[in-house]
Amino acid sequence: MRYDQARWTRNGEYEPLLAEKDLTRVEIRDTEGETGEESGSAEGDVTTVESPLPDELTRDELALPGLSEPELARHYTRLSQMTYAITTGPYPLGSCTMKYNPTFTEDVAALPDAAVHPDRPAESVQGTLELCYRLQDYLARIGGMDAVTLQPPAGAAGEFVGIRVASAYHEANGDERSEVIVPESAHGTNFATAALGGYDVVSLPSDEAGRVDLGALEAALSEETAALMLTNPNTLGLFERDIEEIARMVHDVGGLLYYDGANLNALLGRARPGDMGFDVMHYNVHKTFATPHGGGGPGAGPVGVSEELASFLPAPRVREAGGESADPEGEPTYERFDPPETIGKVHGYEGNWLVLLKAFAYIARLGDEGLADASAKAVLNANYLAERIEYEVPYGPFHHEFVASAGDQDAADVAKRMLDYGVHPPTTKWPEIVGEALMTEPTEVESKASLDQLAEAFNTVASEATETLETAPERTAAGRIDQTTAARTPRLSWHALGE
Amino acid sequence: MSFEPPTDRRYLESHEWAAPAEADGRVRIGITDFAQDELGDVVFVELPDEGETIEAGEEFGVIESIKAVSDLYAPVSGEVVAVNETLFDSPELVNDDPFGEGWMLEVETEAESDDLLSAEEYEKQIA
Repeated sequence: MRYDQARWTRNGEYEPLLAEKDLTRVEIRDTEGETGEESGSAEGDVTTVESPLPDELTRDELALPGLSEPELARHYTRLSQMTYAITTGPYPLGSCTMKYNPTFTEDVAALPDAAVHPDRPAESVQGTLELCYRLQDYLARIGGMDAVTLQPPAGAAGEFVGIRVASAYHEANGDERSEVIVPESAHGTNFATAALGGYDVVSLPSDEAGRVDLGALEAALSEETAALMLTNPNTLGLFERDIEEIARMVHDVGGLLYYDGANLNALLGRARPGDMGFDVMHYNVHKTFATPHGGGGPGAGPVGVSEELASFLPAPRVREAGGESADPEGEPTYERFDPPETIGKVHGYEGNWLVLLKAFAYIARLGDEGLADASAKAVLNANYLAERIEYEVPYGPFHHEFVASAGDQDAADVAKRMLDYGVHPPTTKWPEIVGEALMTEPTEVESKASLDQLAEAFNTVASEATETLETAPERTAAGRIDQTTAARTPRLSWHALGE
Repeated sequence: MSFEPPTDRRYLESHEWAAPAEADGRVRIGITDFAQDELGDVVFVELPDEGETIEAGEEFGVIESIKAVSDLYAPVSGEVVAVNETLFDSPELVNDDPFGEGWMLEVETEAESDDLLSAEEYEKQIA
């Protein structure tokens, strides 16, 4: 497939910023009409209440874009046309799990009933609390955990909470420990979480098959081990077959086993971290279910734990109310409560409720069979694509993602050239265990036709000359970016455009 | 491609060099041609201030390229008496002239690392 991305330019410059398109000077006056004129200000002027600020800190004129609605709509449509998204084509960015978010979840989150202020009395927000309670329960059952908090506002925040809970558990046992073990192929957040949690990070090498090296693990474990953080399947898409043995080894020295939920989408409805011996885990609701990837906006990274750790979870959680607050007619009612040894609050109320609601809607819509079907398709799609592409895939068999090698080609050049064929490239050059890594995760949302389009893009690029790759992309809105100049002389403000 | 290291200086396994400076008892510190080639385009260098002391074998700064961020290790211990501030605006000097204009620090040497290599030994390591 050939792709020609829209390129809106005028005199060689891209679609201008709104402020470059139009700036209309508008006069600001306070409602008293301080400028001396009578009220009834001219159209477009801004009125404001009288400011207590000294005159030198206030303005009486402001430059604002004065565009019409269609001009504004066209501006944003043009920008979106010059942007690649999963609504444009496949987006197999490995490890990131760039799933398409079905719009019904947005519809649910946009319902007026969903817009509930969390400070309303508990009896007037029973619906919200019930959904939170049920989501805690769904997540606990999916992960094989005993208790869940919905509060952490992102996956990495969930990791931090998980390690803080593990730390609080050890402290409560009078057991000070100083180390967290992380496989070298782990997500970068694991190292950061362990360090931010106050631990020394012990890096664990992989064995030749790309899995945890049990000998190295034995050597790394000690009375100082607070936890081992593990993703299963791991970053190479490989299932850690020795997980029960690993759990036994970690527990034998009194450590906890932490599950990074980034790859849970491979196991949904088929295997549960809790059953493998994991004590604490976080869920990436944007990867496992379907909520927007954060990108700085509100996200959610719930944390599940085994019974022994439940009393340390952040406050509040939601439970069925008993005693006096119970409904006289026997219907269950719900209330917030603080776990007795809670590590405290990591976000407001139940966390980012509208994000959680989307995850709830997705789980409820798919049900047990649908979730199991999603993980089956995620694994099938990755294996089908790996089979179809001509690049070498050194490790396997794998689950929901695989890591191919670009071999003699530069993985970054391959990625840039793939853009010309209307697909988003895979994650490149990571994990470092595979040379010139092309880490690929098509996810369950792609059809066979889309996977074939992806395979064709991979294979076309595999056969192309270095010179072609080095100047790619050619057909995108922006061509080859000069990363060196961008990094050496960054322009961090749009004002710099005028220089 | 050959990265023949100059014989007028000594090296660390981690690709830093230390060369005698004009004034007695002082050395200049930088990274090797091999190191700059491995890093690719250097975009940022973080160095200690004049007057600070650095410890042989310990990190003294950070170098960032479009491919990687790496720590810089000190071949000697001592007080920093000069910093090549040109690198802050022109980090490309590390790529263009790693053994010359791309120098990083000048240090009043108090002690040397025990692990300094001769040019010949270093060349074997990168071969």
